[in-house]
Amino acid sequence: MGRYFLKRLSQGVIVILGVTVLVFVVTRLVGDPVRIMLPLEATAEQRAEFEKQLGLDRPIWVQFIHFMDGLTRLDFGDSLWQRRPAMKIVFEKLPLTLELAFLGIGLAFFLSIPLGILAALRPGGASDRSTVFVSLIGLSVPQFWLGLLLIVVFAVQLGWLPTSGIDTPAHLIMPTITMALPALARLVMIVRSSMIDELNQPYVKTCFAKGLSFYRVVGVHALRNASLPVVTLGGWELIRAVAGYSVVVETVFAWPGLGLTAIQAIEREDLILLQAIVFTVAILVVLINLLMDVAYKAIDPRLKLR
Amino acid sequence: MTDLEPDRRRETHPGRLPRLLGELWRDKAGFTGVALVAALILMAAAAPLLAPYSPTAQDLRSRLAPPVWEDNGSWKHILGTDHLGRDVLSRVIHGSRVSLSVGAAVVLFAGTFGVVLGLIAGYRGGRTDSFIMRWIDTQVAFPGLLIALIILAVIGPSMLTVILVLSFNGWMVYGRMTRGAVLSVRQTAYVEAAEMVGCSAMRVVFRHILPNLTSPLLTLSILEFARIVLAEAALSFLGMGIQPPATSWGLDVATGKNYMFRAWWLVTFPGVAISITVLAINLVASWLRLVSDPQEREKQFARQMRGLRQKRNRRQPQGATSP
Repeated sequence: MGRYFLKRLSQGVIVILGVTVLVFVVTRLVGDPVRIMLPLEATAEQRAEFEKQLGLDRPIWVQFIHFMDGLTRLDFGDSLWQRRPAMKIVFEKLPLTLELAFLGIGLAFFLSIPLGILAALRPGGASDRSTVFVSLIGLSVPQFWLGLLLIVVFAVQLGWLPTSGIDTPAHLIMPTITMALPALARLVMIVRSSMIDELNQPYVKTCFAKGLSFYRVVGVHALRNASLPVVTLGGWELIRAVAGYSVVVETVFAWPGLGLTAIQAIEREDLILLQAIVFTVAILVVLINLLMDVAYKAIDPRLKLR
Repeated sequence: MTDLEPDRRRETHPGRLPRLLGELWRDKAGFTGVALVAALILMAAAAPLLAPYSPTAQDLRSRLAPPVWEDNGSWKHILGTDHLGRDVLSRVIHGSRVSLSVGAAVVLFAGTFGVVLGLIAGYRGGRTDSFIMRWIDTQVAFPGLLIALIILAVIGPSMLTVILVLSFNGWMVYGRMTRGAVLSVRQTAYVEAAEMVGCSAMRVVFRHILPNLTSPLLTLSILEFARIVLAEAALSFLGMGIQPPATSWGLDVATGKNYMFRAWWLVTFPGVAISITVLAINLVASWLRLVSDPQEREKQFARQMRGLRQKRNRRQPQGATSP
């Protein structure tokens, strides 16, 4: 276990290095940061001044060493848009993104288990077929559009909920639901299929034969054995929520987390802030992956992790 | 060898397509999916003929006109108009072109790259294999959407760059699946025989190994196609995909968002178009998976047999069932 964990940790470090180098190459070599970040009418002197300020007049490998040196101290430099350290902005926004991701995926996870089991009890039956059909629709609806529809119905037409912002708990409802639904659709499908597989196993018959209650057989014995793929997918959904969905959902509901900040940084052509956000999200992805490894071992001690 | 040839043809060739179509007709969900996808492809191909207006033609006198069934709607603009008086129906019809061509191009690029790398990794093995797999594992853990956004912000969003970025983010699944499948057929007798006879590595890989992967790759490509349509829509919605004056469903939802409180139809119809497209492709994919998976086919066969038996029992009076 220790060696396995060390191996995964080194993989994680490679991922973070890979993301960092990719971002460095894209922003410094492929694009011209000065052209992107300065207005078109900037004079030659202003450009030179700006290049010097960012250290872009030095050779590329010196820039790279400087960049990596800054990374080890979590220092990307000042955001061009807000004129203060980029990492400071990231740390302010991070809790909001995590709150939304955990709430949304948590909701999806805990709803998917009863719904998936209900469908799996009678495969091909009415509840199964309707669950599969609704999940298929849930997978096909674009998330940003779902959020907008919720706003149109519940905020504009009915006036029950606020459209955007973060002031009260009511502001959480629609973003959480939007975050949860696509993940819920995928999770229900996987709970259903792995429960169908488990319920066909001989040990389930044995459990019933020795007189265990229905709830005990399905909810304890079968569910526990079916939980590994469910937890795996749950982890992936959490990663997707942090690294992808958050950008979309936060933009729709003006939820001021990392995702919305990334979009604002793009609009204001603030590559420094954008780099800091991508780096932070890459670290989060690696951390969630490591946590999932621990969870596997807790669920199924038979697993030999290599 | 020669006398086997006509025999095989007689057995598989005639009747194969009709049989497949018959199966498709029986699976209502799959049939709906295939019919919808066919209709979408036709709609994209014939967009200029079908659309009543040009997608960019502005009619500033009838801005934000509601759909025909609303109070002030008229048959002139069946699904209403946007803030510049552009016809929503025409834009939805033309939008299908972008979604389908981006999806097809990305599946083609990412699929080719992933399959080739997967074949190399699985066939060569050893260090090549572990290098490629390490690469795939690393890139899978990248925050894809953010990387896509940063690349698009630097090189500038356009249809071509969206295709490139989505291909860059999406080739890994093909690589992984191909490598796994290659490993499982690598040791079979016919591959060894082909090598023994002296086939070149290229011939072994492309003639003897690759055909085994057709059906799983087809299902994966279709699922990926659906994912790409959603991804393109999301990028365009965020303003980093297709740029005006071009038309895209995601882009139209984004512009409609600004008029959401007055004109619900602007966000609704392009979104419905995306949902129907993705749903149709998903239906096709799940039907294809059922058809091409032998285990699933067996289950389906068992169900059919049970159904037939029940029917027969019902038709004949009780007790008169023939043995």
